[in-house]
Amino acid sequence: MTRQTIIPFGPQHPVLPEPIQLKLVLEDKKVVGAIPSIGYIHRGLEKLAQQKDYIQSIFLIERICGICSFLHSMAYCQGIEEMMNVEVPPRANNLRIIWAEMHRIHSHLLWMGLLADSFGFESLFMEIWRCRETVLDIMEETAGGRVMLGVCTVGGVRRDIPPELIKKVLATCDELQAHFDHFIPSILNDYSVKQRTVGVGVLTKEVALERGVVGPVARASGVVMDHRVAKYGAYANFDVEPQIEQDGDCYARSKVRVRELYQSLDLVRQSVATLPEGEFNIPVKGNPDGEVISRVEQPRGEVLYYLRGNGSKFLDRMRVRTPTFANLPGLLAMIPGCELSDVPVIILSIDPCISCTER
Amino acid sequence: MSAFSKSPWVVHYNCNSCNGCDIELLACLTPMYDLERFGVLNVGNPKHADVLVVTGSVNHRNAPVLKNVYDQIPDPKVVVALGVCTSTGGIFAECYNVLGGIDKVIPVDVFVPGCPPRPEAMIDGFVKALGILEEKRGGKDTGSAEKPTITLFPPAVE
Repeated sequence: MTRQTIIPFGPQHPVLPEPIQLKLVLEDKKVVGAIPSIGYIHRGLEKLAQQKDYIQSIFLIERICGICSFLHSMAYCQGIEEMMNVEVPPRANNLRIIWAEMHRIHSHLLWMGLLADSFGFESLFMEIWRCRETVLDIMEETAGGRVMLGVCTVGGVRRDIPPELIKKVLATCDELQAHFDHFIPSILNDYSVKQRTVGVGVLTKEVALERGVVGPVARASGVVMDHRVAKYGAYANFDVEPQIEQDGDCYARSKVRVRELYQSLDLVRQSVATLPEGEFNIPVKGNPDGEVISRVEQPRGEVLYYLRGNGSKFLDRMRVRTPTFANLPGLLAMIPGCELSDVPVIILSIDPCISCTER
Repeated sequence: MSAFSKSPWVVHYNCNSCNGCDIELLACLTPMYDLERFGVLNVGNPKHADVLVVTGSVNHRNAPVLKNVYDQIPDPKVVVALGVCTSTGGIFAECYNVLGGIDKVIPVDVFVPGCPPRPEAMIDGFVKALGILEEKRGGKDTGSAEKPTITLFPPAVE
């Protein structure tokens, strides 16, 4: 019988920006199992959201996660609006899409850089993060913050994008596309990158469905699943084609995210082209009452908000099911059978966001 | 300045943060802001590091981990605390699982306020930390940093 060794991975680890611990069970160099242990960044945010009124909560909910902050506030506001029967002005809906898709671009670029870092391709990491600054600059110019935008509110958005900035958004899209064309061949075609990603961490379609994974992880395993096709908000005006791959390995997950980068650029452009004139914010009266489930497609997958109001300005219950929480069981299915040196790449390929998961 | 504080190696630990500060810290290290021009290098092993960068507040689960990482760094060492969560708990201060600022567990040398702080503010904090590192190397007791004060409500206008 081979002797088993247990190696702790995390909570403090060079490739992990966030603390999660996986106890890796090894037989020689092969990993045969992984035991996760979480709770290092649990704050108790859901309880706090019930102690603040529903407008104050927006700023708290943005800080569930710093990477997809706008999409969290968008999901929450959509839920409250549905509860209160508020019709959001069409301009606000389009503006929300612009910011949401820019957030997706910045999140995917961040992920791609960290993936390059995880297999030691330092110069590619730097190149991708330099490109990411372009997105952060335009977000700062339009919304006032680099990562925490704070623009989404119940009944619309808090800021308009004036016409001269709209031109700049379009110019940034062109600039980004040129950047992408420059470095994306390195991710997809480079020999040494492919050695580390092709065939590593395979998740078959059956296991993906069984474990209930979401977002790019599910799509890379051939599961057609993208909540944007449900046409919430201004997505009703656009056709979003889910990007599907069949292989289910790290390379397929990279390919899905690369194609989504171009798709997001396209959606920003479409949203700008069809931007209606008029109000971007309507005053909201009253308090939320009833219960609602609100779903939004985030860069990492689908986020689900359950909100229950009681007619006062405080919510009775707020519950969040975040995409990484759904993807963790999938991750545990990918790890057994791989080499120890592939573990960082596999963990990063699901784009983990632990502060979302634990709140 | 000696050669020692011209190549400070940094180890980063995310305590209870929402990621906002962490991605801004990484943005600091990449070409746009480029902390490497001060010799700052991000390392994974606390035993190689001179500077500990912490984001977020502490809870029961990560306080021992933070203490452990701090104890492994060889002397002289400085602690840079990024974001408002590290001083008081910030927006999460009233959460049931947040104990408060990291100064409850380890001594802090520089607080960088903001939610999240801008990369420029972080660079400023690092430069300040390098001065403190140099003083500590000379055997001087620098004490711990004062917490940034936060005004929750602006004073009423008469």
